[in-house]
Amino acid sequence: MKPEIKAVFKSFSIELVVYAVLVVGYFFLVLHFLGDWLYHLYHNERKTYAIVALALIIGQGIVLESLTRTLLRLIRRGRED
Amino acid sequence: MDFLISGTHINPFALIGVGFVVGLLGGFFGVGGSFLAGPALFGFGVPMNFVVGTDLAHIVGKSIVAARKHRALGNIDLRLGGIMMFGTIGGVEMGAQLIQQLKKNAYIDIVVGITFIVILLSISAFMAWESWRTLKMHRNKVARLGEPLIAESKKQDPSAFAHIAKKIQSFGLPPHISLPASGIERISFWSIIIVSFIGGFFSGFLGGGAGYIRMPSMIYLLGIPTHIAVGTDLFEIIISAGYGTFTHALKGNVDIFIALVMHTGAAIGAQIGATLTQYFAGPRIRLAFIPLPLIGAAIVVYGLLTGQHHK
Repeated sequence: MKPEIKAVFKSFSIELVVYAVLVVGYFFLVLHFLGDWLYHLYHNERKTYAIVALALIIGQGIVLESLTRTLLRLIRRGRED
Repeated sequence: MDFLISGTHINPFALIGVGFVVGLLGGFFGVGGSFLAGPALFGFGVPMNFVVGTDLAHIVGKSIVAARKHRALGNIDLRLGGIMMFGTIGGVEMGAQLIQQLKKNAYIDIVVGITFIVILLSISAFMAWESWRTLKMHRNKVARLGEPLIAESKKQDPSAFAHIAKKIQSFGLPPHISLPASGIERISFWSIIIVSFIGGFFSGFLGGGAGYIRMPSMIYLLGIPTHIAVGTDLFEIIISAGYGTFTHALKGNVDIFIALVMHTGAAIGAQIGATLTQYFAGPRIRLAFIPLPLIGAAIVVYGLLTGQHHK
């Protein structure tokens, strides 16, 4: 395997481990508390549910993208040092 | 874990795992990954109307990650994406309305499942044939002309269907536009709208971003280079899946909790997949794509045969 590709895979592996720990924490803490509220919205306020659902998935997309990018940058910087 | 909105019980780690694989493949191939995520949700026992809506929601989050990555790599044609948005939204609404009609009878799983299988098998067969022809054509050219072609840039993107794209680009109905980012000097606005409408329709009807239709259509019919098609398709998927999520949520077809869990795995997978595109050339990316729709089709067949679907 080319050294360049090997380095990329190494970065991704470290990122994956750190990310997994953070996401499991996020998943059990945040999503657990939202469950009942979302269920209530789904049955009683469908328009609000649609808006909240879209906002949640976009928000999560942006936050997790920033998190993965930051992690990757930190790992690469650490390797260069 | 119980997902109360859709009334299903699924292991959250299995959802994260599926999300990761779908994200990885989606980031690499520039498709939302619904050809795997949808069948996987169906395999977990999620009712088909929720499969369609929830898959769309998960795709929105995942595509944001991959599209931002592709934008940084210069793989998005924003002008093309902006025009496609109009056809896409019209198509998504028509697909979602059709799902609403099918929800009223007991055959929704069968109709959507069989449509899914037919589409996935056709795409796989077509792309296998085209990639094989392109690589064969390329090999013959190398044998004829010698070494220099072997060192071709990864961004050069030969296609056995270039003549069809040229014909479509010369379609005369005005207005015409140019797409400098994609290297197209003149193309009818309506060619782009038709391609995006078809993609949008399948997005609303089968769930996900329908990149498995739009990405090949952009390459073979519009003549967009593979790397630009991958990035622009992801941009388009955000629009189609975003609108699809909203309209399906209004109709009660989205279990956002499943989508959020699945997306946590997809986010990291998409990041890795998008980075890997830099190391592969166009025809090889297309060749590697071929088995994926087949896997999706196999999961749907399994779901239909084992009665995983709800009536």
